[in-house]
Amino acid sequence: MNIEIEEISKEFGATAALHPVSLSIPSGTLVALLGPSGSGKTTLLRILGGLEFPTAGRVLFDGSDATGLTVQERRAGFVFQSYALFRHMTVFDNIAYGLRARPRKTRPPAAEIARRVTRLLDLIKLPDIGARYPSQLSGGQRQRVALARALAIEPRMLLLDEPFGALDAKVRRELRQGLRDIHDTTGLTTVFVTHDQEEAMELADLVVVMSMGRIEQVGKPEDIRARPKTAFVREFITS
Amino acid sequence: MTETTLPLRWRPATTEPALVRWGLTVLCLAVLGVLLFAPLIAVFAEALRDGVALAIASLSEPDARSAIRLTLLVAAVVVPLNAAFGIAAAWAITKFDWRGKPLVLTLIDLPFSVSPVVAGLMFVLLFGANSALGAWLVAHGYPIVFAVPGIMLATLFITFPFVARELIPVMLEQGRAEEEAALTLGATGWRMFFTVTLPNIRWALLYGVLLCNARAMGEFGAVAVVSGKIRGQTTTMPLMIEMFYNEYLSVAAFTMAALLALLAFVTLTLKTALEWRYADQLAANHRH
Repeated sequence: MNIEIEEISKEFGATAALHPVSLSIPSGTLVALLGPSGSGKTTLLRILGGLEFPTAGRVLFDGSDATGLTVQERRAGFVFQSYALFRHMTVFDNIAYGLRARPRKTRPPAAEIARRVTRLLDLIKLPDIGARYPSQLSGGQRQRVALARALAIEPRMLLLDEPFGALDAKVRRELRQGLRDIHDTTGLTTVFVTHDQEEAMELADLVVVMSMGRIEQVGKPEDIRARPKTAFVREFITS
Repeated sequence: MTETTLPLRWRPATTEPALVRWGLTVLCLAVLGVLLFAPLIAVFAEALRDGVALAIASLSEPDARSAIRLTLLVAAVVVPLNAAFGIAAAWAITKFDWRGKPLVLTLIDLPFSVSPVVAGLMFVLLFGANSALGAWLVAHGYPIVFAVPGIMLATLFITFPFVARELIPVMLEQGRAEEEAALTLGATGWRMFFTVTLPNIRWALLYGVLLCNARAMGEFGAVAVVSGKIRGQTTTMPLMIEMFYNEYLSVAAFTMAALLALLAFVTLTLKTALEWRYADQLAANHRH
């Protein structure tokens, strides 16, 4: 699914989190929103997911206006910064949540749900942890479960907020490859937020550098590295 | 470094000398004994002074039975209502940003800081026969003051903070992320509430409900002002205890006091039993 962001702005009271920004994301791309804290990258991600609504502007999914769609209607697989796994449910129930929440007409039968959860546990290479609770998992395992839970709803796109933020360097490298693999297998349009330029450059097809609620530059990693458009970008990607 | 710098006797940094540990433990038990156990035992001893049969007989008096019934009825109405209000208040305060939040937080605490007698007087002023509203209600056959609805209202007011106060810190700490996750997965607001919010707050909610229940059954001051103390009609257990006591019916007074204490004891035992039964889940929730 391709995503079109047209002149989106967001104000919280008197402060502008996003000045009008526009961005075009081709279907199936892996995009990094890169910037320091306060650059508006998380706000933009939450607007795509329907968790915030823009003050002005439009969002188009596959050419049709999605600005007014509720969070449920967006069908975006969202991975939260601290994963937000349901702490009182097992891993299995976490992943099954989205399928069970469907209205009766479109809800798969229990056996089908179990089959899909098992397949997703295989996909994240953790086939044996279905019966565990989130508190019994390592940080890296939690991240992968959150990813599986987001994928379970057969999302139209994948949105990830600092997906590697809370992990140590070694696990981070492993999971980067994991996300790349899952993206390539599913072919989903994927947007992730990061403040780590190395992570963005290494993982993404398209990097969007943001600062102070504005988009500074959009481009392939090698183009941004070779031709930084502004002083901010030059400084940020060499730091 | 060399061995000479090591202390000769090693002990964990957080452990105090034996004398201090034992001293504190004994002091704590002594205070508990004098302030809690001794008075409780005295109440039960006094109730059973003339035998179990007499104590039970005193509870079967019509006035006594009516008081027990009324207290149970008040708790059965007030506790569910305040559980619902408490959840609503805690929800509004922790999950949304709006102006006037500090004011509402202060208002929630009001019943804690206002003397129960003053609370009772407020309801008499508002709904009593001397107010326009009260006169109208009486004329239409719905008396509030010196009737059961007044007792319910006063108890509702007094016990309002218990549930909200237990829930607010827990809900603040848990944040909104899990709820947002449920919504992105397609859950409706109600489904999110029943499958994510409620399970996450259930222990705090249970504790708040138990405290609210204990206070609803035991409230004296505010209820005394609005009830009019009509025997067999608007007399709750705490009011009945005082009336028996003032009439020198000490077995009846202390038997009812023992029963009230026993009700509190049952709720506490229930809570401990549940905590013990679900210890694993509790630990899992907290370590997250």
